[in-house]
Amino acid sequence: MLRGLTILLVFHLAGEVCARSLGLTIPGPVIGMASLAACLLAVNRAVGRPSGDLENSGLGRVAPAVLGSLGLLFVPAGVGIVQHLPLLVDRGPALFAVLVCSTVVTLVATVIAYVGADRLVRRRRSDAA
Amino acid sequence: MSALTALSAAGDPMQPDFSLWVYLAGSPLLWLTLTLVVWIGSDALAQASGRHPLANPVLFSIASIAGLLAWTRTPYATYFEGAQFIHFMLGPATVALAVPLVQHAATVRANLIPMAVALVVGCLVAIGSAVGFGLLFGLPEPVLVALAPKSVTAGVAMALASTFGGDPALAAVLVITTGIIGAVTVTPLMTLMGIRNFAARGFAAGLASHGIGTARAYAVDPVAGLFAGTAMCLNAVLTSVVMAFLYG
Repeated sequence: MLRGLTILLVFHLAGEVCARSLGLTIPGPVIGMASLAACLLAVNRAVGRPSGDLENSGLGRVAPAVLGSLGLLFVPAGVGIVQHLPLLVDRGPALFAVLVCSTVVTLVATVIAYVGADRLVRRRRSDAA
Repeated sequence: MSALTALSAAGDPMQPDFSLWVYLAGSPLLWLTLTLVVWIGSDALAQASGRHPLANPVLFSIASIAGLLAWTRTPYATYFEGAQFIHFMLGPATVALAVPLVQHAATVRANLIPMAVALVVGCLVAIGSAVGFGLLFGLPEPVLVALAPKSVTAGVAMALASTFGGDPALAAVLVITTGIIGAVTVTPLMTLMGIRNFAARGFAAGLASHGIGTARAYAVDPVAGLFAGTAMCLNAVLTSVVMAFLYG
C-alpha cells in the first residue's frame, strides 16, 4: 500500500514539476497519469508481464482503493459553490439547459463516431480476408 | 477571586459551550471528520437506493455540508482548512487512473481505430457544444471556461478551469451535474437510437459523463463499464491538450 501510494505521489510531483517548469497549461496530475501509464507499459514489456496483470503489485492494490471513493475527493471543492450561490440562482436554469443539450449531443456524436469507425474497420478487414 | 471567576462562569451558561465551539471551529479536525461522516452516510443512502443515478452521493454531500456551513455561519475558508486533506488526494487519484488504463491496454489496442475516432469526435463535440450552447444562452466568459471541461473527471476539470480563469468550485458542480444527466439519459437514448454495440455505448457514457457515467455503464453491462472507464481516462488527457490549445 505504502509503496503504491508513494509511486502515485512521485508521479504527481513529477507531473507538477514538469507542468510548472515548462509553463505547460496541462494539469500536473494529467502529465503524471500519462507518464505513469507509459512507464507501466514499458516495464510490463521489459519483464514480459501481461498488461492486465497488476493486481498483486502495490499500485494494483492502492489504485482501486483511491478510485473506489473518488467521489469523496470532489466534495471539499464542490462545497465551494456556497461562494457562488447568486450565480446559481441567476443562471441555474440556463446552465442546466446547456448541460442537458451538450451532454445529449456528446453522447450521440460519440456513439455514432464509434459505431461508424468500427463498421468501417470490420468491412475493410473482411474485404482483406 | 476564584469564587468570582466561578460565579462569572456560572452566570454565563453559554461560556463552556462557546469555548468548545471556538476550539472545534478553529481546528481542522471538525470539518475533516464531518466531511467523511457525511460522505459515508450519503454513500450508504445511494447504496440503499440501488445506486440510482439521481441519488448521487457527491451532490448530496455537497448540499448537506453547504447547508451546515450556512446554518453555523462558518466561512468556506475555515471549512477548507479541514477539508483540504481530502482535497489533496485528488492529484494522486488522477494519477491512479493510469492503472486501469494499463490494465485495459489489450482492449484499447484491439479497438484502437474506433476508440481514437470516437475520442477525438467526442472530445471536440463535448467542449464545442458546451461553449456553443453557453454562448446561445448568453452565459458570461468566466462561466464558459468552467463549462468547457464539463465532461472530464472533476479533478482534471477543476484544474483546467482554474488555469484558464474559471472557477474550480463551479466547474466541480457542473461536472457532477453533467455526470448525473449522462447517467440518467444514456440508456434510454442509446436504446432509442437502436445501438446494440455495448462497447460503443460504454465508450460514449464514459466520454460524455466521466466517473458517474462509468459507474452507470458498469451497472448495465461489464463490457460497457470497461470501455467507459477507458474513455474517461483518455478524454481527461485529450481535453487537457485541446483546452491548452484553445485557451493557452
